[in-house]
Amino acid sequence: MSLQKEELEYLSKKIGRQPNDVERHIVAAEWSEHCSYKSSKKHLKMLPNKGTRVIHEKGYDSGVLDVGDGYVVTVHIESHNHPSAVEPYGGAATGVGGVIRDILSAGTRPIALLDGLRFGDIKKDTHARWLFKNAVTGIADYGNCLGIPTVGGEVEFDECYSNYALVDVASVGFGKKENLIKNHAKAGDVVVLMGGSTGRDGIGGAQFASDSLETEDRSAVQIPDPFIEKLIIEATLEARNQGLIKAIKDLGGGGLSCAISETADAMGVGIELDVNNVHTREPNMKPAEIMTSESQERMLVITDKSKLPRLQKICKKFRVTCSVIGTVTGDKIMKVKESKTVLASMPAEVVANAPLLDRPSKQPSYLKELQNKKQPSSPKDLSKTILQLLSSPNIASKIWVYGQYDHEVGIRTVVKPGSDAAVLRLDNGKYLSVKIDGNPKHCYLDPKNGAMGCFEEACRNVICTGATPIGMVDHLQFGNPENPEIFWTFLESLKGITEFCKYFEIPCVGGKVSLYNETPHGPIKPTPLIGVLGLIDKNPLKPQKIDSGDILIMVGRTKDELGGSEYYEHIHGFIGGVAPKINLAESKNNMESVLSIIQNHDVKAAHDCAKGGLAIAISEIAMTSKIGCQISLDNTSDQKLDPAKLLFSESHSRYLLVVEKNNTKVVLSKLQKFKVPHSQIGVFGGNDMVFSFNKKPIAKVRVDKAHENWFNSLRDLVLHA
Amino acid sequence: MKVGVIVFPGSNCDRDMYHVLQDVFKLEVKYFWHEDKLPKNLDAVVLPGGFSYGDRLRAGVIAAHSPVISDVKKMAEKGMPVLGVCNGFQILVESELLPGVLLKNTSLNFMCQWTELIVRNNKTPFTSKFKLGQTIPIPIANGEGRYYIDKQNLEKLKKNNQIVFQYGNNINDSVFDIAGICNKEGNVVGMMPHPERAVEPEINPKDNTPANLVFQSLIATIGARK
Repeated sequence: MSLQKEELEYLSKKIGRQPNDVERHIVAAEWSEHCSYKSSKKHLKMLPNKGTRVIHEKGYDSGVLDVGDGYVVTVHIESHNHPSAVEPYGGAATGVGGVIRDILSAGTRPIALLDGLRFGDIKKDTHARWLFKNAVTGIADYGNCLGIPTVGGEVEFDECYSNYALVDVASVGFGKKENLIKNHAKAGDVVVLMGGSTGRDGIGGAQFASDSLETEDRSAVQIPDPFIEKLIIEATLEARNQGLIKAIKDLGGGGLSCAISETADAMGVGIELDVNNVHTREPNMKPAEIMTSESQERMLVITDKSKLPRLQKICKKFRVTCSVIGTVTGDKIMKVKESKTVLASMPAEVVANAPLLDRPSKQPSYLKELQNKKQPSSPKDLSKTILQLLSSPNIASKIWVYGQYDHEVGIRTVVKPGSDAAVLRLDNGKYLSVKIDGNPKHCYLDPKNGAMGCFEEACRNVICTGATPIGMVDHLQFGNPENPEIFWTFLESLKGITEFCKYFEIPCVGGKVSLYNETPHGPIKPTPLIGVLGLIDKNPLKPQKIDSGDILIMVGRTKDELGGSEYYEHIHGFIGGVAPKINLAESKNNMESVLSIIQNHDVKAAHDCAKGGLAIAISEIAMTSKIGCQISLDNTSDQKLDPAKLLFSESHSRYLLVVEKNNTKVVLSKLQKFKVPHSQIGVFGGNDMVFSFNKKPIAKVRVDKAHENWFNSLRDLVLHA
Repeated sequence: MKVGVIVFPGSNCDRDMYHVLQDVFKLEVKYFWHEDKLPKNLDAVVLPGGFSYGDRLRAGVIAAHSPVISDVKKMAEKGMPVLGVCNGFQILVESELLPGVLLKNTSLNFMCQWTELIVRNNKTPFTSKFKLGQTIPIPIANGEGRYYIDKQNLEKLKKNNQIVFQYGNNINDSVFDIAGICNKEGNVVGMMPHPERAVEPEINPKDNTPANLVFQSLIATIGARK
């Protein structure tokens, strides 16, 4: 893929001549959708990115939040979808590597990883199973080797990802505010390329990721080497501690072309480099290849000339290759030379800023049809339905996945994977709660409410650990934006996220857009992913064992919103209906009330109600403590709904609180005072989970049997199917 | 009391171990890079976990040839307590300070989970405060953690009381459920599970008191040696 005709004309006009071949390659990489955000940039401005905790520095690829006492948390999210769909092991591993280097670029140490994985239906699709297994191993091998714990994430399977894969990785960093690298440079500074050698892997990766996946271009997939990455992390942090880094940028999509032009542009300087000085993996690489290679584990560092020997000494200690590839100039020109010959010379500002597009959008016609489809009728045996749902790959325990990730290294992980959000302890005595959530099934039927729902779900998870949300990152993944109907779903999702951000005053501190996610069968369902960070001053709510006699209280109301539910899709194979909606006022009141109760230590456990609905949320609590419960559905909705809907609707803004019996009155009276809809719905005890409606039992499942189904089904599917 | 934590390229539990020794047990701790010389006044040395040299060839095998290992060997011969955890254990085995080998887990996957250890030898510098048969809740995190030794040498281990820790439930098909061993003299101990991840109550979902005894044993031993 190369520059469009209009783009070539624009470029020629800007530089006052026809660009040569090398220049075209450089600009094509930087102006790819992947690097330039040319379809989305105009609209992304609507997201609020300011807040009392937010720290803005020029040239940062990660968001920075002040967590007090002189410390900051950094966060970033990225995907590596196209590469993972072709070569899942390397694609997923290098996805981890890339996002970590963004955290490192701020001068912070990466302390946690979360990953969101999406594949086709692994029950029947062996290719999807292969992608899934290898992506998980790729992430494990990379993250484990670096000693960065993978503390959370999600895994989802949906036919819309057949022959494709979404691999999203979020990383969190932590450090002292005074150690943040404030990117700056002046003429005469030295430009250094640190790390792995530049090879022919990943050439044109950014363009590859900006097109539909029609050809499996394996040379566009990068090769992972976590050992070099680990050395780069330590070398970079040591150089930072010694004050040797003036500016730093990770080499990601677009390789040197992108890193050089964006760095120069962000700092208002020029950079002149010689491709002969770049250490390469193989001989006879063409200048255009060197400039667009996306070989991994490379960092661009700008340092003062006088400090170069110390930087080189650190690199030597860690045996990290470091080449002086160029110098900073005062003319704002990005100049690429091969020895004495000038190969490219263009204003950095022109290269770094692609002409933005204003793409047309149109509401897709499928939406109305799907919403009005006749909805399926309830199954007779609801006990069986509950067991079936518990073994759905989307609901079943993900222990086969997170058991392969070192989630303890770094000794920060207070709340470990397998519950709602992960909680990490910070050096200032506070705690960070993190979660990522997506829901393409909801977003397909209602992109705006679906996206808001993902946002709320991530918040609910963080709230359930006792944390106050302080920032979010989003990752917007859609099909081909040139299709107005797809672009409409992108805009709707973005509007939803923006509304939620504003209403809750949660700043968006980072994000990424990934378009052209198309499979041979068409576009993926809209898949915005939201990551939320929450802060806890002291005492996070840790999972506690639930005892016989403990009371279950539900906050929020169940509504007739089964569209996109796991129940409709997994049990009935039905795609349609009305997806859950967010009522912002209700959402906020429920959230704040629950948080206040948790922070006051009035509950033993809190759990959010999401995929699979109330039945699954309650089962998850019961299974974790291996204790039964008696639940009444009679007072869980304001609408007249049949029992199946009460059990499986995925309405938002609902929380489950487990309370000691003699503390029940206190909690109930607080909920009354806060004016949040709630009801006491059951009590724990016995070996069965019994659900009743109109005072009659309608479903009964043994906890041990439920646990067996839930705990083993995904692993069995992967290992023995 | 001065404890050295050795850092190899790719070590990644060095900072965790340092934190526990310094902040939890108030010991004087110093990092040593794999090319450093070890000073004579050290009281103990810890080889932390991680992926030295990215586990290339085989876990621990390249690090076993580091310059620092010859100093570790000399000091071990003089009776100095040496602890290898996870990758540190693999390095001790590869450098022949300890017998046997660590193979890839039978699942062929990396395994990170909490388990239970049983103390089988309470005469080492890292177990002297335990009762025999005492259990320790502790996490493992490894890809090559399956201990193997042939029958004849296993009998030697048993005879010499070199089996320090066994798994309560054999999670990874290690020979004789072995999770940790020591040399004949008892001063060099290697273990796959991570005691440094289990000593603080905040991150230990079960009981942190037993894991603490690993370090309290060391403190008592160093104190007695002085």
